[in-house]
Amino acid sequence: MSASLFAEDELSATIRKAFADKTPLAIHGANTKAGIGGVVKNAAEISTQGLSGITLHEPAEMVISALAGTPLAEVERRLAAQGQMLPFEPGQWGPLFGAASEATIGGIAATNQSGPRRVTAGACRDSLIGVRFINGKGESVKSGGRVMKNVTGLDLVKLLGGSWGTLGILTEVTFKVLPRPETAVTFTLHGLDDQRAIEAMSAALGSPFDVSAAAHLPSSVERVPMTLLRLEGFHASVAYRFDRLKDLLKRFGPANRIEAEASSVLWKQIGEVTPLSEPRGTALWKISLAPSKAPHFLASIKAQLSARYLLDWGGGLIWFQTDAKSDAGAALIRANLAGTGGHATLIRAPGAIRDAVAIFEPASDALMKLQAAIKASFDPAGILNPGRMAPLL
Amino acid sequence: MGIAFPIPDDAILARRDQIIAGLSSLVPPSSLVTTEDERRAFETDALTAYRKMPLAAVLPTTTEEVAAVLRFCHENGVKVVPRGAGTSLAGGAIPQEDAIVLGVGKMAKVLDINFGDRTMRVQAGITNLAISNEVADKRFFYAPDPSSQLACTIAGNIAMNSGGAHCLRYGVTTNNILGVRMVLIDGTIVDIGSDAMDAAGLDLLGLVIGSEGQLGVVTEAVVRILPMAEGARPVLFGFASSEAAGAAVAAIIGAGIIPVAMEFMDKPAIDICEAFAHAGYPTDCEALLIIEVEGSDGEMDAMLARIVAIAKEHGVKTVKESKSAMETALIWKGRKSAFGATGRIADYICMDGTIPTGQLPYVLRRIDEIVKSYGLRVANVFHAGDGNLHPLVLYNCNDPVEAANAEEAGNDILKLCVEVGGCLTGEHGVGIEKRDLMRKQFNEIDLAQQMRVRAAFDPLWLLNPAKVFPLDGRVSA
Repeated sequence: MSASLFAEDELSATIRKAFADKTPLAIHGANTKAGIGGVVKNAAEISTQGLSGITLHEPAEMVISALAGTPLAEVERRLAAQGQMLPFEPGQWGPLFGAASEATIGGIAATNQSGPRRVTAGACRDSLIGVRFINGKGESVKSGGRVMKNVTGLDLVKLLGGSWGTLGILTEVTFKVLPRPETAVTFTLHGLDDQRAIEAMSAALGSPFDVSAAAHLPSSVERVPMTLLRLEGFHASVAYRFDRLKDLLKRFGPANRIEAEASSVLWKQIGEVTPLSEPRGTALWKISLAPSKAPHFLASIKAQLSARYLLDWGGGLIWFQTDAKSDAGAALIRANLAGTGGHATLIRAPGAIRDAVAIFEPASDALMKLQAAIKASFDPAGILNPGRMAPLL
Repeated sequence: MGIAFPIPDDAILARRDQIIAGLSSLVPPSSLVTTEDERRAFETDALTAYRKMPLAAVLPTTTEEVAAVLRFCHENGVKVVPRGAGTSLAGGAIPQEDAIVLGVGKMAKVLDINFGDRTMRVQAGITNLAISNEVADKRFFYAPDPSSQLACTIAGNIAMNSGGAHCLRYGVTTNNILGVRMVLIDGTIVDIGSDAMDAAGLDLLGLVIGSEGQLGVVTEAVVRILPMAEGARPVLFGFASSEAAGAAVAAIIGAGIIPVAMEFMDKPAIDICEAFAHAGYPTDCEALLIIEVEGSDGEMDAMLARIVAIAKEHGVKTVKESKSAMETALIWKGRKSAFGATGRIADYICMDGTIPTGQLPYVLRRIDEIVKSYGLRVANVFHAGDGNLHPLVLYNCNDPVEAANAEEAGNDILKLCVEVGGCLTGEHGVGIEKRDLMRKQFNEIDLAQQMRVRAAFDPLWLLNPAKVFPLDGRVSA
């Protein structure tokens, strides 16, 4: 038996005992996102870091599997060596919390963490094609597999992705991957306000020119606001599309160009929210909202809150930094999101605010009831990360 | 034939008149189908070897009517088989005698289009192709394109997590839906997801898509629409062997090229489709790849040059590019008519397993051996880039021995797919067809976990109950 299988058996035994004793468990990978979500009270700690290693990589099949505790960086290195990458461009969020450790691939899957390419290549959950996990009774369960087209049975893969350890402890994850583009450049526009920036990003993302990421850095984080559109692919194709984009977006003013290396640094910073990382004592929100609704929403909350923010996903994701005072703007932000289909997650805040505010957007009664029933079907004793996502999860 | 149906509940059958009376108070008369002649239209789907006459079919026109019907069925213990257009090849929409059919086909309107956000809100009975047609003049489209796209509904696509020929580049249904309005079995209406790019809480949307009508009835959806490429060009590559074609596919992906589609046909499939569509397929080859690239003319030329070079390294015999929109249409017509064209020459069972693409040569050889061992013939068409196979096992349905053999051969092929690391179904769904093979892919713990999740939505197992999970060993919450 390999060391990792042994570790998984041990983990299973630990969960079975916790199930019998009804001991709450706080589950984590490298703990880089410990600052997000409700604090799990009176819990024994369970780390997946003992489960480490890449278990399958078939470059020609565009698939990679790794044990949950494998560092993200190790997965990325292995893929890069074969000219491949994770499509959804995850980053390290540890620095937002001053954490020095590096995220695990299981932690990325459990939090459905996705970066700038998410707007066109899908989220982490869209690339996640297989999982193995231990449920709250200590049973090892598999769903999905190593092939990218698979509709056999209920898609528990999606459900486990982004469940923050509340349904099961991921032990192995499998992703479909993509070839790494030959080159990437960033097309920039300057001086646009939020409304115009979103119009430009929508025009670009709605064009045939295959923009792979679109972000906007407004005046609160960049002296002259900058709108960024990334083009990836073979050199000649990128050059052609750059010129076509210039024609298409003429009405937004002159364009500039950021070349490969600088472009890559820039998008890494956007994915890791580096422009809003400091000051560490501020609160940080992650807000999902259809891009066309973002300007009105931002105008409404900016009038009443201190605001530094940036837009990613073509305006569909707002990273919003505000003072860590009172409820960190929770009531105002959520009131302005009501009825829009959008939602807000409090990614960073001091403990007192985290205790007082719903970290994830509260669900309607009907959806909460469903989620609680699903939780019970995986974790009948309620021992897996209780309270991390919501009081009933 | 081999697939079992549950024994109908006599108590429900005895109450048929009463149930119909109850339903008639909930929907307009034009939405209730009760006569035997009219019900016959709902007794099967595209798995036509199996037929069961439902108690009645209800075709509501609003979400509220769907809610009223489900509430009534829940209170009265009546089973419900949801239905889109009835194009399921897996028997996903086949009713049972003690169930009603709940069809969403009368709800087919476009509710909202937002080109800036690249989203569209539709009623669930709209057909897949109608969604794309609605936005085609603005050069947008809805990406998943199952071969039945002219007829199949987005409701059915959501139920089965349908794929198509272009998912190598654009993903399957679950990657292209942002939200649904769904009615639970007790009549509660819920909105899951929205027009935002992700939703709060557990990923209920990901769970609902592909749940084969067992968790609720979807009445509206928010779909992603995508800009069309500047141009698209399919190219035909003829090879002397399936092995050579398979190796070329692996080499293309290995070179960092992701064409929008890579479709494979073997010799029998080429002949059948060419005779039907006259698409100019090379009939002197053992294997054909249809590889489609997208972009500007210059980009397509550059991409094709790379692909042709790789194909040559793998001994390609003929390369034929589409020179016009009409040729492109013919090439795709041939491929998308593969099932229908096969149906002209024989009855067939269409398999849908997926395999790791590296196993292609071995699996194709084994499929041939398996089918021959039953004294039958097979034609292979499949999505080569993602390993989703569609072996068509040919037989004569008037010959009961051949029919039974065809089913057995199909089952053997699916077991083979699982053995090499693949799965039973890549895009058609489990339905009744693969239900009894589920234990080949999942152990009892895996299946019990799925069934407990299912029961969290429908504890009484009223929604499409005879599907997906083996009839014995069912688990409630």
